[in-house]
Amino acid sequence: MQRKMVTIDGNEAAAYVAHKINEVIAIYPITPSSNMGEWADEYSAKGQKNIWGTIPSVTEMQSEGGASGAVHGALQAGALTTTFTASQGLLLMIPNMYKIAGELTSTVFHVSARSVAAQALSIFGDHSDVMAVRQTGFGLLASNSIQEVMDFALFSQAASLETRVPFVHFFDGFRSSHEVMKIEQLTMDDMRAMIDDNLVREHRARALNPEKPVLRGTAQNPDVFFQGRETVNLYYEKTPAIMQKAMDKFAGITGRQYKLFDYVGPKDAERIIVIMGSGAEAAQEAVEYLAAKGEKVGVIKVRLYRPFSIKDFIKAFPKTTKAIGVLDRTKEPGSIGEPLYQDVLAAFSEAQVEGFLPMAMPKIIGGRYGLSSKEFTPAMIKAVFDELKKDKPKNHFTVGINDDVSHTSLEYDHSFSAESDDVVRGMFYGLGADGTVGANKNSIKIIGEETDNYAQGYFVYDSKKSGSMTISHLRFGPRPIHSTYLINKASFVACHQFVFLEKYDILEKAVDGATFLLNAPYSKEEVWDKLPLHIQEQIINKKLKFYVIDAYHVAKETGMGQRINTIMQTCFFAISGVLPKEEAIAKIKNAIQKTYGKKGEQVVKMNFEAVDQTLANLHEIKVPAKATSTIKMQPAVPDEAPEFVKQVTAMIIAGKGDDIPVSKMPDDGTYPTATTKWEKRNVAMEVPVWDTELCIQCNKCANVCPHACIRPKVYDSKLLENAPSTFKSAKYRGKDFPEGSMYTLQVSVEDCTGCELCVEVCPVKDKQEPSKKAINMAPQIPLRETERKNWEFFMNIPDYDRAQLKIDSVKGSQFLRPLFEFSGACAGCGETPYVRLASQLFGDRMIIANATGCSSIYGGNLPTTPWAKDSNGRGPAWSNSLFEDNAEFGLGFRLTIDKHNEQAKEILAGLKKEVGEELTDEIINAVQKDEADIAEQRARVEQLKEKLKSIKKPEAVNLLSLADYLVKKSVWSMGGDGWAYDIGYGGLDHVIASGKNVNILVLDTEVYSNTGGQMSKATPTGAVAKFAAGGKPTPKKDLGMLALSYGNVYVARVAMGASDTQTLKAFIEAERYDGPSLIIAYSHCIAHGYNLKYGMTQQKLAVDSGYWPLFRYNPDLLKEGKNPLVLDSKAPKIPLKDYIYNETRYKMVIKMNPEAADKFLNYAQEQVNLNWKRYENLAKMDYSE
Amino acid sequence: MNLSTNYLGLKLKNPLVPSASPLSANVDKVKELEAYGAAAVVMYSLFEEQIQHESEELDTFLTAGTESFAEALSYFPLPEEFHNLEAEEYLKQISRLKEAVDIPVIASLNGVSTGGWMKYATNIQQAGADALELNIYYIPTDPEMTAEKVEQMYLDDLKTVKQNISIPVAIKLNPFFTAFANMAKKLDNAGADGLVLFNRFYQPDIDLNELEVVHDLEFSDSYEMRLPLRWMAILYGKVKASLALTTGIHTGEDVVKAVMAGADAAMMTSVLLMKGPRKLERMLEDLKSWMEVHEYESVQQMKGSMSYKAIAEPAAYERANYMKTLQSIK
Repeated sequence: MQRKMVTIDGNEAAAYVAHKINEVIAIYPITPSSNMGEWADEYSAKGQKNIWGTIPSVTEMQSEGGASGAVHGALQAGALTTTFTASQGLLLMIPNMYKIAGELTSTVFHVSARSVAAQALSIFGDHSDVMAVRQTGFGLLASNSIQEVMDFALFSQAASLETRVPFVHFFDGFRSSHEVMKIEQLTMDDMRAMIDDNLVREHRARALNPEKPVLRGTAQNPDVFFQGRETVNLYYEKTPAIMQKAMDKFAGITGRQYKLFDYVGPKDAERIIVIMGSGAEAAQEAVEYLAAKGEKVGVIKVRLYRPFSIKDFIKAFPKTTKAIGVLDRTKEPGSIGEPLYQDVLAAFSEAQVEGFLPMAMPKIIGGRYGLSSKEFTPAMIKAVFDELKKDKPKNHFTVGINDDVSHTSLEYDHSFSAESDDVVRGMFYGLGADGTVGANKNSIKIIGEETDNYAQGYFVYDSKKSGSMTISHLRFGPRPIHSTYLINKASFVACHQFVFLEKYDILEKAVDGATFLLNAPYSKEEVWDKLPLHIQEQIINKKLKFYVIDAYHVAKETGMGQRINTIMQTCFFAISGVLPKEEAIAKIKNAIQKTYGKKGEQVVKMNFEAVDQTLANLHEIKVPAKATSTIKMQPAVPDEAPEFVKQVTAMIIAGKGDDIPVSKMPDDGTYPTATTKWEKRNVAMEVPVWDTELCIQCNKCANVCPHACIRPKVYDSKLLENAPSTFKSAKYRGKDFPEGSMYTLQVSVEDCTGCELCVEVCPVKDKQEPSKKAINMAPQIPLRETERKNWEFFMNIPDYDRAQLKIDSVKGSQFLRPLFEFSGACAGCGETPYVRLASQLFGDRMIIANATGCSSIYGGNLPTTPWAKDSNGRGPAWSNSLFEDNAEFGLGFRLTIDKHNEQAKEILAGLKKEVGEELTDEIINAVQKDEADIAEQRARVEQLKEKLKSIKKPEAVNLLSLADYLVKKSVWSMGGDGWAYDIGYGGLDHVIASGKNVNILVLDTEVYSNTGGQMSKATPTGAVAKFAAGGKPTPKKDLGMLALSYGNVYVARVAMGASDTQTLKAFIEAERYDGPSLIIAYSHCIAHGYNLKYGMTQQKLAVDSGYWPLFRYNPDLLKEGKNPLVLDSKAPKIPLKDYIYNETRYKMVIKMNPEAADKFLNYAQEQVNLNWKRYENLAKMDYSE
Repeated sequence: MNLSTNYLGLKLKNPLVPSASPLSANVDKVKELEAYGAAAVVMYSLFEEQIQHESEELDTFLTAGTESFAEALSYFPLPEEFHNLEAEEYLKQISRLKEAVDIPVIASLNGVSTGGWMKYATNIQQAGADALELNIYYIPTDPEMTAEKVEQMYLDDLKTVKQNISIPVAIKLNPFFTAFANMAKKLDNAGADGLVLFNRFYQPDIDLNELEVVHDLEFSDSYEMRLPLRWMAILYGKVKASLALTTGIHTGEDVVKAVMAGADAAMMTSVLLMKGPRKLERMLEDLKSWMEVHEYESVQQMKGSMSYKAIAEPAAYERANYMKTLQSIK
């Protein structure tokens, strides 16, 4: 039978099958599995039916714990049920997995295996999550390629129904979940043939059903629990055979034969690698290459890892086997070895003891590879085979890194390649915003689906969300592609951004005679002289064919703006020769029609136009014989950076992180703060420029800056003596600083992302020319050099004494130094202005628990992190524990700080005589309400420390280590709405109920922003989000109202764009309140779908419409007989639609379903009116009696 | 009494036609208009530019930030399809109105590209509109743009549409042509089935607090009828095309004036938005009673009776400044 060839990624492959053979799907987003749930939701939203003709129900839960509970329930009620998850998500499912397996329930969980956070979080792939569930009773089935993901998703379900053993079907996160590959798509008939409806009915018959009631989930005692646990053995014993039967049946249907343990290699191989997951594909490639050269090597791919069939395993080996290398993609510190290694050892020794080992006991060694998607290449595999040749091979090795500490790593030959020359290997360097990845995905589809070629695409993304670089790795060839690793010898290199040439060694991987395509803002005559030296040299030395296009020019001419995707894609096809030019262009246009058609003809037209304009602007450059450039590659960080930054951080920035040896890495995941300042990213095309004359010095621009790039300072005019000539200053306007003080508003143009929030918020307009404000955007490049010097000079002007500033005004607060700067957040981010503000107000005594999400990523993703230090070296201490436990994590900080403070006071009281009565009393009784109080206490504590050094008592030494806790600390738990409203709500609720002084900042973007905009309980009525594709029909949870029902919790709802003063007040009050505080901060977000420079304007409209009433609930007011609830915004003055219909998340509903949009709008407007009434009434209550 | 009139070759039961307004977006409102006596209805305008903008806007914001960051390769679910990115809603509304009412439905189109004029005019015809009103406006801000070029553009747009459809085509004009009568004649020669005098633009205002230019639309009053009235009177009898007067028609008497100046149809929006569709009934009654009192038998009889060519003192339509009333000396 002819099946359709499709070019898709692993997540889609798994979701495609899972959706068709299940009835109920309960999910929760977590990278890299989120897309599986999204696909399933999309299929159902589009009305796609499963093989029984019904549309599966897809439900998003509040956590993976919740998802597994719902799955368990749905299974118990008799539905075929599945879920998709990874990493921590899978770990949260463990309790239910024991139950599901213990109850012998058929189900398959599809897992894109990902690292479990240890010394750090990582979203990338390894087996640490699936290895953490091997004890639950779930079967474990590993698929290694995209085709296998689709195939295994099907027969795992068939086997589970027959065996009653539930399965985790896993594949490697990112490498398999996100790799795009041409595969054969299974048909509905294939699935019907594989799934036995009798077994489905049996599954259903076991359901809880009041018509024939039974009871499950008893509590058992020592007398019977043990026996009860042993009942399942027979089921597990027969599982391997049933799985093999399913695989065989599948082979009969599709022609693809799998075995529980698949062997690849010559029959007489002596050295064998045992491995599972995507690495097995690279191993196959290496084995085929080496075997062809006569090496006696082979690989065993472990498919069914649990239940582990020793007999089938041993049978898979050639009888000539002499040495075995077992490769684990996980780490189990302190164990005898990693799990697969231990299993192999146990299997061989059992086989020997039981007498069915058909060969002499081979040498068996184990090693680790590929943690967190670390590259795993044929070169590394060869190194393992080479090691196996040795008499005493290294056991417990690592491969792929340089372990210069415990010397576990194997050396490998970096130049070794097993790839065949007839595979086209293209690398494309682009910016996130330029559409490079999207275009490449389109190219793969064109080549994969329209030619006989096999095609593979893999995409490497940046750790920053603004100005991020992407590298696409594309392979096309005549045979199936097993290269599950990045391209390291490219026959085609495209650089879509000219600025990359100076930053990265773009041509490093280009082979001799390769083609180089460059997008340059220069003519074909000019371009050569603009290239840096290392690029010129490589073009000449490697004899590259060199093509140039000014794609931004073409994009501008054709109305494409910043998107050069279609143009660069056309160039690729025009010069790569993968397809005849005319045919390629027809196919590109066809793809454009498919991709953009639904968004209207205009977009299609623009893209067609771009394609047509491209060829005339694409030029081959005649390469001169000699390199003449004086332009050199820029160092990643400046010379004055600290040693660690130079040795480690700079390597990561330069894309050479793989070369960092173990010895250079911190042992325990502890990193220095204040490192973003060393990474000058220069991502803005335009930056704000200050107009000294017009400026009224209100500091509102600094207050909204998401990246802390625009800063005011007030200083003595004498400090201007050595100022650079272009350094700007103005007389300070106002009387709150000494007469004659100067004022400067300085922009760090190299850190600015060009979002324009500052310009939008500037309240000043020029009288002659009202389009001019006190800050205006101007091109960055001409300003770069001068402003770099000015910024440096500015930063050396001392910060004003905190204790002297009026920090309770927006203007005053902005003279405080931001201790959160230049984060990797999106340009125009709505969260970071709040985070930056908190860092200014409390940063020098702040300790932060950060929930996983956007804020933990822009706050803590390597290479550089934004939490900074003041001139005294103080600053926020920051940590991320998990997604779900962040309020509790913060509470833990509080408990320790309180305990240490109490202990310090106790010891101090005991040392009163030695320390001095006055100082002791002052310290113990200090009121630390404002900055001045705190400064005084700091001075006293310094004095105390000095004294303690001379007191020869053990208590004094002890107190010295606790003395810092005598200065007030500010504990913050911060995170997004996914945490606060959903997964972490239970903990958050408990913490605010604890009465403890923890400040909770909820950065409410109304969706899970970090994982791509999934619905949370903060998502408002009528907004589109993933899992609410038609608009969310239910209202947003009123977290503020829930919290204020306790009565003793400080609660504020703020929106900086509506009232910066109210925001500031709320932050200060919340922090001062000696009890739990909750601030819910409206945070505009890229997931709302509009130009974020209007973010603050939208915030104002949200408040003006009454959608987001501003309030502060301060329990301290109760003591004064006042109503604790103060409404800080007025009654709705504009209709809700004037606010929401500026945003695509709402507006797209009109374009999808106008009637639903109408209904949502009416319902949402009613809610707004009702909510306002409720708040208004509460705020009116009389508390005076 | 015969109130019927002929506009764009369509026989109308009376000259009262609600002009393009949001009222026509609601089928029930149009039914009401019909019930209260509207003889035809001009639909709200289909703006090609808006369609293009919506399409680009969706593409921009649904793509923003995608494929840039590993955890969030997109931020929105993409539906199977979007509606109304090709004016489906407008075209459907034509069909809905055609089904709901018996009076002629005149669609209104504002294009920005030749392709757009062609495509949407054809679609509108296919959707069943009885006629099409071209809502062309162009503010020639470029000092290099000559009057000839502007005029040619209007003519080209009209010809493009005329070549592609067979239903009657009216053109709604603004009064800002150097030689308006000549322009009207050119359009007439180019095949316009009707001329609609005049388009009433949003006029900019300055917000002194925000130092911003703001737009709003204030309702017209009867006085604003004077400008179209003059040109109606001047054009009557000089062009083959039907004539409609719009702007400032608020009362039955205004209708009388429009017809007397030469209008085949009297169009109104402000009054209907202010007072509701029922106002039509009153206007029609006033028209009838005026005719009764003044013993006019038909609208046809009144038509053009006060036009430039019919009155004794045509110079009255030429005067632009106050002078002492000059009596004819001949």
